[in-house]
Amino acid sequence: MRNMKDIIQRVGWPRIIIGLFFVLLIVVSPFMGLKLTDVFSDVLRRWSMFGILILAMVPGVQSGIGLNFGVSLGIVAGLIGSTTAIELSFRHGTNRPWTDLGFSLLIAIPIAILLGFVYGLLLNRVKGSEMTVSTYVGFSAIAFANIVWLSLPFKSGTLVWPIAGEGMRNTINLEDSFGGLMSNPAVAQTHPTALRWMAFELGGVVIPLGVILFFLFLCLLMWLFLRSKTGIAMSAAGENTLFTRSNAINVDNMRILGTVLSTVLGAIGIIMYAQVFGFLQLYNAPLMMGFQCVAAILIGGATTRRASITNVILGALLFQGILTTSLPVIKKLMPSGSTLSEVLRIIISNGIILYALSKTRGGNQVEK
Amino acid sequence: MDGPPVLSMKGISKEYYGNQVLNEVDLEVKPGEIHALVGENGAGKSTLMNILFGMPVIHTTGGFKGAVEIAGEKVNIANPHEAMDYGIGMVHQEFMLIPDFTITENIKVGREIGRPTFLSRFLGPSMDILDRKAMSRDARKALSRIGMNIEDYVKVAGIPIGYKQFVEIAREIDKTGIRLLVFDEPTAVLTESEADRLLDIMKLIAEQGIAIIFITHRLDEVLTIADSLTILRDGELIERAMTKDMTVVEIAGKMIGRKVERLVDVTDTRAECATDEVALELNGFSVAMPGEQVKNMDVCIQKGEIFGFGGLAGQGKIGIINGIMGLFPAEGEVKIFGEKLRLERLGDALRHEVAFVSEDRRGVGLLLGESIERNIIFSSMQIHNGFLRKWGPFSLLNRKKSKEHALNMIELLDIRCTGPQQKSGSLSGGNQQKVCLARALTMNPKILIVAEPTRGIDIGAKKLVLEHLVKMNLEEDMTIIIISSELVELRSVCSRIAIVAEGKVSEILPPDASDAAFGLAMAGMSVKDIEEEVAHA
Repeated sequence: MRNMKDIIQRVGWPRIIIGLFFVLLIVVSPFMGLKLTDVFSDVLRRWSMFGILILAMVPGVQSGIGLNFGVSLGIVAGLIGSTTAIELSFRHGTNRPWTDLGFSLLIAIPIAILLGFVYGLLLNRVKGSEMTVSTYVGFSAIAFANIVWLSLPFKSGTLVWPIAGEGMRNTINLEDSFGGLMSNPAVAQTHPTALRWMAFELGGVVIPLGVILFFLFLCLLMWLFLRSKTGIAMSAAGENTLFTRSNAINVDNMRILGTVLSTVLGAIGIIMYAQVFGFLQLYNAPLMMGFQCVAAILIGGATTRRASITNVILGALLFQGILTTSLPVIKKLMPSGSTLSEVLRIIISNGIILYALSKTRGGNQVEK
Repeated sequence: MDGPPVLSMKGISKEYYGNQVLNEVDLEVKPGEIHALVGENGAGKSTLMNILFGMPVIHTTGGFKGAVEIAGEKVNIANPHEAMDYGIGMVHQEFMLIPDFTITENIKVGREIGRPTFLSRFLGPSMDILDRKAMSRDARKALSRIGMNIEDYVKVAGIPIGYKQFVEIAREIDKTGIRLLVFDEPTAVLTESEADRLLDIMKLIAEQGIAIIFITHRLDEVLTIADSLTILRDGELIERAMTKDMTVVEIAGKMIGRKVERLVDVTDTRAECATDEVALELNGFSVAMPGEQVKNMDVCIQKGEIFGFGGLAGQGKIGIINGIMGLFPAEGEVKIFGEKLRLERLGDALRHEVAFVSEDRRGVGLLLGESIERNIIFSSMQIHNGFLRKWGPFSLLNRKKSKEHALNMIELLDIRCTGPQQKSGSLSGGNQQKVCLARALTMNPKILIVAEPTRGIDIGAKKLVLEHLVKMNLEEDMTIIIISSELVELRSVCSRIAIVAEGKVSEILPPDASDAAFGLAMAGMSVKDIEEEVAHA
């Protein structure tokens, strides 16, 4: 009995309830005419697809800037990186998915570092209200990027509007580029340069092993980083600024480091997201993505002050799992209206953020 | 000054969680009398006042024993509001004023005078309109009673600190039927001339028949204006006397007097610094720490010494450690073994092999959410790259070494815990203190600065911590600087004790100096001054 109580306390009631709901949805879905294998495939796909974006929350929280709603900044960097990579391969007339993917990351990461650094400087000036400011930074970043998408002098046919010949499309198909390279069996099993083991079907369930491994690899790196000298210093900065300063660690620098890492992971995250999804979504599509990431890591058990890799993996699974399974189930129950799925997603993600924020105390450095 | 006492508290005893803070204390004040209540920090003054005002902290911790009588009538004050109804008022050290309100509004807040309106007939007096004229008249009357001539429509935000205090007094005076006013260290934040003015006002108030309880640590002020005084020490009533029968030396001695048990025999009497043996030197050292300002302090500490900084709270002794640590902006010269510290560089002291144990355990000293192990090794890892191992591009924490070390420290300092992985936030105060100490010792410092080493920990742990400090000093030749509010503790281990008053070292005394010398030093005076004064007279 004692053990049971301990376990419940460790996992936390919210996660138990949401977990049970998730299991219930899976149990119900076959009766709704859904194939279990499809459900599992979807859950795996969405889990690995969002994982890195959710991982991007960890350095932010640990370094003390709180939940990084401004991860959109990293997303913008990632989108600039991948569109530029596609344009480059168009100009050089090559069509090699791995090069596109590599160049996307190579271009996106330095941009993300730069943006993250400036963003970190900004957050150091607004200590105490980082989350409010980061929300607006996220929105502004998307708005500013809208201008960028319209004005970049790209020529590739897959990127620009076919009739106008300038300004990028809302949705860019990655079929001819790196779309599905590490996650879609249809691509991985057929494309000449793709690695066969990266995506395959197992008993009807699609296993996007490439993306999953990449996601877990980044998780491992983050886990190692949080156990390194700098990582421990960064976490201390997020937990107790006075303690950290009294140990000769510059708290501001640690916060900038956390912000940069979060932004870079955001950039990598959106590239992997697009890779699985098969499309790059520009303009307002990533507007609320920060909120989803925040909601997911909160479901996973993180607070605005502490977050761990376990929170990321569990949160991604529960949040994305519920979204992917509940939508088809609800659609079957209430056949009217296709907008219902979107409404539900908003209710779940915002509801969770609200719940989690109501559990934290603002401005108080010391717990208890 | 005759007649029955306004207030008489008899046989007051109070325990906080089994810790006796007041034991059979009596207090009596007559109308028009200024009665001083003196004692060190922790002597029980605030607890006594909390009982008088019926503060919730008293009732939630099991109440108190004894009787409170007001004007000869036995009363039971359940909350501060009732205290107000009995005509007891308080002037706080920190001003409880609303900056954006005018003086009148501040004086009348909560007791506004209203005129009924149409709405208030239905919705009650909260819908009354303010009778500003009447309020202003009352405010002026109260201000003139304390001899203040200031426009009552000025906003409090703009007036000088000294005046704010007077507004606060006026507010208390304005309360109808006020019989007793408590002044809690009213002069602490005032300049000398403002303080003189305040004392005059207190006399003026007393002449109007209002009794005053004056809590202060400035003994000269006690002698100047108080008619009688009560001395508390460790929750015991030591003396109740008329001020005219006491000298300042006697008061100081009675305030401090306590048996001191020496834990070490070495008494160092080197007052001057021998240049080759100086561990820490402060020249013109100032720290801008709010509430604990250090002002232009000069002090010199020998190698291998256990040096103490004592003094009352708020006088600046805590500022010293925070300034050297770099947590608050500091100016002046700090030399560690002759090397000048760059104060603007964060943590420069740490690099000069100085380690700290902060007075603010939970705020500065610990990562409450992290394990004991992580807390213990943190500084050493960050400053000296200890407990790390290379693993590719990462220098990772060496778990094995750090756990071994943590287990050693847990055994050495007898930290009571479930294991090195227990979160430090869930430890008791004494054990948290030991974790802080373990973290400092892990740095292998040449100088260890410990602030309030035994605050909030039980007697057994207290002794253990002190004994360990002495051991480190003897065996490792570590220079140890202890900053403490507990004079007994300093006197039991230190070779020399500097008493800090008003941001400066008022005197450096050997541990066996007389109680009076310590008491006077705390009030910013010295025996020599008094003797000279006496000789002069």
